[in-house]
Amino acid sequence: MATAQTSTPPSPKYKVIGTRPVRHDGIDKVTGRASYGADVQLSGTLSGWIVRSPHAHARIVSIDTSAAEAVPGVRAVVTNADLPEVTDDIEDLGEGAVSISDLNANVLARNKALYRGHAVAGVAADTVHIAEEAAALIRVEYEPLPPVLDVREAMHEDAPLLHDDLLTKEFGETITQQPSNVAARFFYEQGELEKAFDEAALVIEREFRTATVHQGYIEPHSSTAMWNADGHLTVWTCTQGSFAVRQQLSDLLDIPQTYIKVIPTEIGGGFGGKISVYLEPVAALLSRKTGRPVKLTMSRADVFEATGPTPATYMRVKLGVDKEGRIVAGDAYLAYEAGAFPGSPINPGCMCVFACYDIPNARVEGYDVCTTKPRTNAYRAPGSTSAAFATETVVDEICRELEIDPIEFRLNNAAREGTRRVDGVTYPRIGMWETVDAIKASEHWNSPIKKEPPPVLHATGNGSAARLAYGRGLASGFWFNAGLKSSLSATVNADGKVSLVEGSTDIGGTRTSIAMQLAETLGIPAEDINPLVADTDSVGYNDVTGGSRVTHTTGMAAYEAGMMIRGRMIQGAAAIWNVDEGDLQYEEGGVAGPEGKRMTFGELAAKLSQTGEPLSVTATVSAPSAGGAFGTHLVDVAVDIDTGKVDVLRYTAAQDVGTAIHPSYVEGQIQGGVAQGVGWALNEEYFYDETGRMRNATYLDYRMPTCLDLPMIDCLLVEVPNPNHPYGVRGVGEVPIVPPPAAIAAAVYDATGVRLYSLPMSPATVVKKLTQQGGAAAGSSE
Amino acid sequence: MSKKQVVTATINGREETFLCEPRQTLLEVLRDVLRMTGTKEGCSNGNCGACTVMLNGRPVDSCLVLAVECENAELETVEGLAAGDQLTPVQNAFLEGAALQCGVCTPGFLVSATALLRENPEPTEHDVRWYLAGNLCRCTGYDKIVRAVLDAAERRRNAETV
Repeated sequence: MATAQTSTPPSPKYKVIGTRPVRHDGIDKVTGRASYGADVQLSGTLSGWIVRSPHAHARIVSIDTSAAEAVPGVRAVVTNADLPEVTDDIEDLGEGAVSISDLNANVLARNKALYRGHAVAGVAADTVHIAEEAAALIRVEYEPLPPVLDVREAMHEDAPLLHDDLLTKEFGETITQQPSNVAARFFYEQGELEKAFDEAALVIEREFRTATVHQGYIEPHSSTAMWNADGHLTVWTCTQGSFAVRQQLSDLLDIPQTYIKVIPTEIGGGFGGKISVYLEPVAALLSRKTGRPVKLTMSRADVFEATGPTPATYMRVKLGVDKEGRIVAGDAYLAYEAGAFPGSPINPGCMCVFACYDIPNARVEGYDVCTTKPRTNAYRAPGSTSAAFATETVVDEICRELEIDPIEFRLNNAAREGTRRVDGVTYPRIGMWETVDAIKASEHWNSPIKKEPPPVLHATGNGSAARLAYGRGLASGFWFNAGLKSSLSATVNADGKVSLVEGSTDIGGTRTSIAMQLAETLGIPAEDINPLVADTDSVGYNDVTGGSRVTHTTGMAAYEAGMMIRGRMIQGAAAIWNVDEGDLQYEEGGVAGPEGKRMTFGELAAKLSQTGEPLSVTATVSAPSAGGAFGTHLVDVAVDIDTGKVDVLRYTAAQDVGTAIHPSYVEGQIQGGVAQGVGWALNEEYFYDETGRMRNATYLDYRMPTCLDLPMIDCLLVEVPNPNHPYGVRGVGEVPIVPPPAAIAAAVYDATGVRLYSLPMSPATVVKKLTQQGGAAAGSSE
Repeated sequence: MSKKQVVTATINGREETFLCEPRQTLLEVLRDVLRMTGTKEGCSNGNCGACTVMLNGRPVDSCLVLAVECENAELETVEGLAAGDQLTPVQNAFLEGAALQCGVCTPGFLVSATALLRENPEPTEHDVRWYLAGNLCRCTGYDKIVRAVLDAAERRRNAETV
């Protein structure tokens, strides 16, 4: 058994917060009753199929659908021509803005196919097999064009253009006259950079590359649409944001938002990849043409080839330190692939690249570059993981060069309250330093590496034969955490329990983390709250489940609702007792008054249900920021010298979580983020051939970590309460994916003396580097 | 298109007769014909384990089994694990151990873990990881899943039944 999990005990301040109740939707999810996207089945539903481009880059000359339409059982075929023309509005979807014109051309290709798998047409038929067969009869004439598969080649002035009219923008201003593949430039600076580098005792500059990777959620996208004769559209879909889907459909289909009802199903993972619409508008068009519900579900290959992975990148990072090891200057150049349409997370990448440190003189330049790959989308701390891989690797080299302990280096250079980040933000109270200090105090840091072959080698019988090098690595990371808007309503029932209606789709237990905050506010058990995730007609506006914002912001709305209920209960008790409201307090789950008067929440709920207005409240919140989160991770690895395979032996993640509402699900977020980061570090990448075809669009070949690839992941929950939240909540979901690649790269160096500057650090890459270096040069731990 | 065929199988202890095309997988028939949507589709090529069911006592990826092969078979799906409102130790351990986040891989894990504990009532952590390596989860990092299965083994030994 691995080491015990370490977590802070529940704060004595709270009764519900910090405990670990069974989640409210738990029974449904362990009995198979929970209904996900593909589980929706309405009477008379037709099945759809999407025709996808076999070319990475091609002009669409013509589309002939007649043969497909003649197949018995085919009910409708749609192409981009069936979508209304759109103006080029920009919509902010919470985790990134989107151009509606680009979205229109992404959901059904307009004039060009811009990546292999780009949707070209949709078919609805009596069965999915008929739809599939008919789709093969749609004749699309393509004029193939050269693919553009590398970010730096795409930036070259001779590169084939994806968009003939794309000019480079910088903070909204157009800065070029000639079209190119460069959609945007970002630039931030502070201090006196050149002078600081001149005076630095040590300057290290390195180049980095990372591959395209996917969120990898297990549930493929699935949407069902019903367009009624009265012009009202209902859509059942697995999404991170039902209101974001409504907004996009309204813009794409040119119908009022009020006529669109989006019913969010359970969602089988998203990680940022289920915000943009793909299938929903096509299903809606097919439903309008047929008058019947139409369901579209992606295959796994579709998910890889045609949704929104996170960009491949090219990066340069240069840091200068004085002789005490204090960072005096930082310079970064980041170029991120946007894929087919502008909108990579380059700007957050620029803001995150130096975010862990106090760097007085800094400059960051970033580029958003189109390539003939699927349009990228958010993936857990979008833009931050690759940037941290670059910065943290340079930091590790500096520590080696100056022989400074990497913990002490980080304690000396950590960003703190008052530190000004390169993009101009001055930090409020943050917990970067504290996460480093937590690792310093950890049992893991204070124990030697346990040099035993990883269990997987034992299992395959190679344990004793393998030549292994062992190493340890450390890295930190940052993510902003979004605030944004949330609404919910709460109704007190006569039985003393509360119905909670919310609009934040629940990917990882947020029904419970929100219900717990309402329960805490009211002083009643979490089980007495009954949370429901409602459709867009049944609850006020909510931004997406993303940006680590739901427990923070929707939780804030739950607190507000709880305070309103308390106020109403005080009013009610004052009337019952015939005393002044000012003489009453809400405490310990009830109202207390003069002369020892007291009524519990349950007693008041029963009494107030018989007199006066129903006790039902609505709370709306617009939160500016959720308080940035920091994490510092420590990892031990074994590197197989002969095969280049890296195994993670031990992992400890320290994170500033603000206040852990439900510590098990906070740990779960950290452990899940670490696992994704390990996959990003060691295995995951889109393999493209020269024609722009992804050659590994299956789970077998796009190799995500299995449980055999990972050890237990120990979590150190550091609680530095967020001063801007009633319960001190910060977002926790995203930052844990940020440090793993850099931490593992540092551990591989420690083990072998080989420094890797590209992701993934796959066996082939590692063994090649080892061979170039003439075998394993012993690292410090060998 | 080939004619549909009649197949009779025992599903979760009840004899069921259904019609299916020869090309339909067991997964498709469970979900689309029998409307038992607890079994999930993640990849349809046997890589993710979300569709794991028990076929004659052995865990299989139902996306790799043709439904016509199931004549006279004994099938067990996630819907058949609990006896009424009586959850199994594996289900209870997943709930209390927070071993699920989005929950879409959970049915496959529950079936695989149940099969493991029937074969090996006292697995080590490594036994669990080895046995469940065919089930992908993208949310949890597997930590709490592995702990829950070990906890379920303990609960079974302490008299709860699978």
